[in-house]
Amino acid sequence: MDLLSNLALGFHTALTVQNLLYCLGGALLGTLIGVLPGLGPVATIAMLLPSIYALDATPALIMLAGIYYGAQYGGSTTAILINVPGESSSVVTAIDGYQMARQGRAGAALAAAGLGSFFAGCVGTVIIAAFAPPLTELAFKFGPAEYFSLMVLGLIGAVVLASGSLIKAISMILLGLLLGQINTDVISGTPRFSFDIPELTDGIGFVVIAMGVFGFGEIIANLGQPAEHREVFTKDVKGLWPTKEDFKEAWPSVLRGTALGSILGVLPGGGALLASFASYTLEKKAVRNPRVPFGKGAIQGVAGPESANNAGAQTSFIPMLTLGIPPNAVMALMVGAMTIKGIQPGPQVMTSNPELFWGLIASMWVGNLMLIVLNLPLIGIWIKLLTVPYRFLFPAIVTFCCIGTYSLNNNAFDVYMTAAFAVVGYVFYKLSCEPAPLLLGFILGPMMEENLRRALLLSRGDWGTFFTRPLSAGLLVAALLLVVIVMLPSIKSKREEAFQEE
Amino acid sequence: MKIKSQRDFWSGLMFLLVGIAFAWGSTEYSFGSSARPGPGYFPFGLGVLLALLGALVLFKALTIESAGGDPIGSIAWKPLLLIVGAILMFGLALPKLGLVLTLPLLIFVSALAGDEFHWKDALLNSVILTIGSWVVFIWGLKLVIPVWPTFLVN
Repeated sequence: MDLLSNLALGFHTALTVQNLLYCLGGALLGTLIGVLPGLGPVATIAMLLPSIYALDATPALIMLAGIYYGAQYGGSTTAILINVPGESSSVVTAIDGYQMARQGRAGAALAAAGLGSFFAGCVGTVIIAAFAPPLTELAFKFGPAEYFSLMVLGLIGAVVLASGSLIKAISMILLGLLLGQINTDVISGTPRFSFDIPELTDGIGFVVIAMGVFGFGEIIANLGQPAEHREVFTKDVKGLWPTKEDFKEAWPSVLRGTALGSILGVLPGGGALLASFASYTLEKKAVRNPRVPFGKGAIQGVAGPESANNAGAQTSFIPMLTLGIPPNAVMALMVGAMTIKGIQPGPQVMTSNPELFWGLIASMWVGNLMLIVLNLPLIGIWIKLLTVPYRFLFPAIVTFCCIGTYSLNNNAFDVYMTAAFAVVGYVFYKLSCEPAPLLLGFILGPMMEENLRRALLLSRGDWGTFFTRPLSAGLLVAALLLVVIVMLPSIKSKREEAFQEE
Repeated sequence: MKIKSQRDFWSGLMFLLVGIAFAWGSTEYSFGSSARPGPGYFPFGLGVLLALLGALVLFKALTIESAGGDPIGSIAWKPLLLIVGAILMFGLALPKLGLVLTLPLLIFVSALAGDEFHWKDALLNSVILTIGSWVVFIWGLKLVIPVWPTFLVN
C-alpha cells in the first residue's frame, strides 16, 4: 500500500518534536487571529513570511498551514459567542450559533462546531492523501496551454466568490495581473514598467501588496468607522457538552457538510467560504422539520457549515500541492513561502520533496487534533482577549507589519511601497472593490504570461491551440460555464442574498 | 449626465485609466508577433482588456440606477494621513534612530489616528511593543535590524 507507506513517512516527519512545536504554534496563532476580528490569516501569514527565512521549509509550511486551519476554528468561536465572525467563512455560523448562545447553549454550539470541524478535518486529510498522487500524475500531462487554461479557470473561480459586481471583480484580477507585469521579462530580460528604479526591476513583493492592502488598508478603514459596540453577554461558557438529542441531530449535518466541503474545496476559487454558504442552504433543504427552526438556534445550522468550511479549507490544499496553483489568497501566500524556500511549487514537489509533501499532510491531521484539544478549554481565554481594546491592537499590527516589510530586503524601499499600497487599499475599500482577486491575479500573472507565451511559441502563433487540445479546451469550457452560471438571474440573486446575510 | 453610482463611477474610471496607462506604457517594449510574443505582448493585451472593462463599469455607473446613488461617503483623512505618515516615518527613521527610538515614535503617531488617545495608553503600548518586538524579531528570529541609534553606537 503506497498510501500507507506515504502516510507513515508523513507522520514520521510531522511527529518530530520541532515540527510538532511549529504545528502547535501555528494552530495557536491561527486561533488567536481567527478570534480577533479584522486580523485575518492573509495579513498574518504575510507578516510572518519574512521570518520563515530562518526556518527549514517543512516546519515553515507546517506552521503556515496551522495558521490557516486554526483561523477557521477561531473564527467560529467569536461568531457563536458575540456574533462577530472572525473569518468570512464563519459568517454563516453566526446566524444560528449566536442564537444558540443567547439561549444559554453556547457550549453545545461550540462543541458541535469543534467536533464537526475535527471530523471534517480528518476526512479532508485522508482525501488529500488519497487524491493528490493521481492528480499529480495528471498534472505531468499538462503543457503550457493547459496550465494557462487552468489558471484562467482558477481566476474565474475566484471571481465567483467576490461579493460585489462580477465585472469589477474581473477588473481587479486584471489589475493584479498587470501589477505582476512590473518586473524583468523572463524571456527577453527587458525590465518593464520600472521607471528606472532598480528595486522595481525585481518586481513588487507580494508581501508588500498583501500587507499594504489587507493589513494597513483595513486598519485605516476600521478607524474611519465609528467605534463599534460589541456586546459580550457571557463571561464564561457553562455546560460544554451537547445533549444526546443535539448529537443525534448534528451528526447527519456533519456528514453532509464534510462531503460538500471536500468537493467544493478542490475547485479552484471554491474553498471554505463557498462551502459554508452552500452547506447552510443544503441543511435548510435537507432538514424538513427541525426541532428548533433555522435562524433561531438550530444546531444543524452550526454543525453543517462548520464541517463544510473546515473540509473545504483542508481540500483546498490539493490544487496548491499538486499543480502549484493557489485557489485562494492564503494558498497564494503559501506558494510564495515555498518559492522563498527555493521550492518550485508544482507536481514535482511530491517526488522531489516527499518529506515536505507528506509531512505537511500528516501535520494537518495532527494540527486538527491539537485544535480540538486546545480549543474547548481555551474558549474562556479567547473571550478575554476580545476585551483588548482596538486602540491597543492596531498600533501593534502597524508595528509588526512595518518591521516585517523592512526585513524583507533590509531596506526602507519596501516600507515606502507598503505605505503606497495602504492608500491603494483604502481606495479599494471606499470604491467597494474586493482586493482578494487582485492578489491572486498578481501571484498568477508572471506564471500565466510565461505559459501563454510558451504555448504560442509552440503553436507558432495559433491561438486555436487553447481550444484544440482537449484538456485545455475542457478547462476553458468549465471557466465559461462558471461565468454563465454566475450571470444567470436566479443564481445571481441567490448569490447576492447569500452575501447579504453578512 | 447624472452619475447613478458614485463608487462604480470612480472605480470604472480607475480601471479605465490604469488600463490605458499600462497599454500605452507597454508600447515601449517590443510587441513581437503571436508566433514570437515579445515583452510587450501580454501587458498590452491585459491593459486593453482592463480599459474595456473599466469603460463598461463606467457606462453602467451612468445608466443603471443604484440604491441611494451608492455614495462613497466621507474620507477618513485623519487615520489615512496619520497611518501612512507613520509608516513613511518608520522607513526614514529606522536606519538612523534604530528600533528603540523608532518604534515608540511609530506607535505614538499611529495611536493618534484612533478615536481615543491617552498618553498613558500609548506609553504603555510603546514599552510593551518595543520590548516584545525586540524579543521576537531580534532575539528570537535574529533579524538584522538596527536596534540602537547610530549616534549612540559610534
